[in-house]
Amino acid sequence: MSTATGSQEAVSESIIDDVDRRLIVATQKGMPLDPRPYNIIADEIGITALEVRQRLERMQDAGVIRRIGAVPNHYRLGYRANGMTVWNVPDEKIHELGQKVGALEFVSHCYQRPRHLPEWPYNLFAMVHAREHDEAMELVGKIAELLGDDNLGSEVLFSTRILKKSGLRLINKDQ
Amino acid sequence: MNLTLIEKRLLNEFQHNFPLTARPYAEIASRLDVSEEFIIETLDKLHKQKAISRVGAVFTPNRIGVSTLAAMSVPEDELEKVADMVSGYVEVNHNYEREHDFNLWFVLTATDDQHLQTVLQDIEAGTGYKVMSLPLLEDYHIDLGFNLQWT
Repeated sequence: MSTATGSQEAVSESIIDDVDRRLIVATQKGMPLDPRPYNIIADEIGITALEVRQRLERMQDAGVIRRIGAVPNHYRLGYRANGMTVWNVPDEKIHELGQKVGALEFVSHCYQRPRHLPEWPYNLFAMVHAREHDEAMELVGKIAELLGDDNLGSEVLFSTRILKKSGLRLINKDQ
Repeated sequence: MNLTLIEKRLLNEFQHNFPLTARPYAEIASRLDVSEEFIIETLDKLHKQKAISRVGAVFTPNRIGVSTLAAMSVPEDELEKVADMVSGYVEVNHNYEREHDFNLWFVLTATDDQHLQTVLQDIEAGTGYKVMSLPLLEDYHIDLGFNLQWT
């Protein structure tokens, strides 16, 4: 089991260097919509287009980049019912249950997070997206069914307003 | 939003595996049997319509830098003001109002844990409300994008 902060940060420092950082900053608003997008990025940061492609590939292989592609705006595409479902499940079974819930095709994110007692007893988070509220609640029901007796309590938090949404913003250390 | 078949296929089939070749849009075009120019125009249109936020990389949480999901319980009449203060931090990349006692939820990303903690304390001091920090412990989802249904 990995922990969220210290150890992973030490790893990340060695898997990306300053050129990677500049590459991330240059691409975080999106790939140029030009026949040769890697040439444009390459010119911007002063390396070759081939090196841009190799570095992106390496960061994908190393798991720094999870995927590269079109990033759909769920809300704009009609998915207005975005529910953050939170569950209290037994700690000793969370990995088994988390993997099952994370594998459901309608779940877009599934994480273990710490409880914050007494006001926050939930340790498993799963995001569901649907067009309508009722449809989202059906999906929530499917998760509840999957968890069975291991569901010790749950809530669904629907978003009512998006106040800010941007991709990851990597800030240059010198900024 | 009315989308053409090509637009739907672009949205659903190209959320991952964007070609790392010299002319990536030409490669997508050949797979969809249209021209490179048409793919670029269509992506530009989808971007302008905000159907996609970008064509780009999605990063794995906590591999570069550290992040946490934070929640606050803010009285309704103060929410707008507090939400604006929170959104004003460059370290905040998502900020949502949700229906719950904890009604403000945001993701904070920083280069190291010390900086993250400083921002959390800063938000508490600046707004006068407590922040509950729920950092990711384990990721259970293999992210290949999201299967959009059209019917």
